[in-house]
Amino acid sequence: MTRSQDTPAGGGAATRAEAALDSPLLPLADDALVLSHRLGEWAGHAPVLEEELALANIALDLLGQARVLYSQLGDEDELAFLREERSFRNCQLVEQPNGDFACTMVRQLFFSACQELLFGQLAELGDPLASKAVKEAEYHRDHAEHWTIRLGDGTEESHARTQRAVDGLWRYTGELFEPLPGPAPVGAVDWAALRAGWTERVTRVLTSATLTVPDSPQSGAWAAGAGRQGLHTEPFGRMLAEMQHLHRSHPGASW
Amino acid sequence: MVTGTAHGTAGAAVAASAPASSVSAAAGRRLEELSTVAGSVPDPELPVVTLAELGVLRAVREQSPGGPVEVEITPTYTGCPAIETMAADIEQALREHGVAEVSVRTVLAPPWSTDDITDEGRRKLTEAGIAPPRGGSPGGSGPVPLTLAIRCPNCGSTETSLISRFSSTACKALRRCEACREPFDHFKEV
Repeated sequence: MTRSQDTPAGGGAATRAEAALDSPLLPLADDALVLSHRLGEWAGHAPVLEEELALANIALDLLGQARVLYSQLGDEDELAFLREERSFRNCQLVEQPNGDFACTMVRQLFFSACQELLFGQLAELGDPLASKAVKEAEYHRDHAEHWTIRLGDGTEESHARTQRAVDGLWRYTGELFEPLPGPAPVGAVDWAALRAGWTERVTRVLTSATLTVPDSPQSGAWAAGAGRQGLHTEPFGRMLAEMQHLHRSHPGASW
Repeated sequence: MVTGTAHGTAGAAVAASAPASSVSAAAGRRLEELSTVAGSVPDPELPVVTLAELGVLRAVREQSPGGPVEVEITPTYTGCPAIETMAADIEQALREHGVAEVSVRTVLAPPWSTDDITDEGRRKLTEAGIAPPRGGSPGGSGPVPLTLAIRCPNCGSTETSLISRFSSTACKALRRCEACREPFDHFKEV
């Protein structure tokens, strides 16, 4: 979208990059990009054709959101492909490997339930991207919700796998509600209300899926909000290497 | 969070659906003409409808008579990959119409809705085998008609079922008609 996206005026490239790192929009952009890339890894591997389309479509929506956000902060390619791991502000939930299909769907439920509520608040605060993308997040959440119920309330095998996914990903959910300081609208978000709404929704879905809501902590001492500070789990480095290698190996290439 | 910033030009503007009244008749006619040219560009993914019929053409502005033309379009979905092709096609159509300088900007607000698809656009979608989104302009000030069923674009039956919530493009879902057994795309309501 280089054609029509205006970048913020003033300042050199270095100042702009530094300002971007402090912007509360960057974590939201990184969340969308990283989860989009993870979902893209399913291409050619999804269990059925319909899910192949679904995962690619959700990935595309997220990529679109990331691009709009990045283009407000600077050069989108530079931000996506030329930053090091420690400069990424995404939460650790979205960087977790796809695992099995249950794991991918539970990760999507946890993320999209939060994004829908967050974009809902941002839309109320008059943000144009959120006003548009809240409907996309709602559709993603709805899709993940259907699958979580179907898998959880399915066979013994699907139930066990989905419960394992819930238990394994639970420790990364606390970070979703870490306040992102900065100017409005993101700076004006009510994070406590977000957490309450998310907990209510996710509890309802897991319960109707006959799954157990974990009583374990939603973060570890080592993980509390760490993604937002640029600390990531081990699989993220490998994902980033794969995502960035083409752009870095062939600077300025096009086809 | 608009993807482009509004330019502070005093140029005449014509919103795709509402002609401005403050411009001279000649300039107004010129803008109508340019809007028609830009609006007649077919959608890259659904070429049966034009960009005007799809409701994604937001505004056409001329900075000065015969000067650079600025066009505003809005994506159906945030990540719609067709938006760049739309911009290129509009640019080409206007250049072929003698406009020397064209810029196309993407705007997000207000968000596009399937209610922005014109009645003609909905008719053409049905003709092409794509069930149009439910709702649409009620055409009067009375109560909005409630239509819950999605009608098969091939045989007209309302007995249809969902195959996949996602289809060949972000804006469509895949359904099947229980009467004629034909699968068909349905333009999802947004």
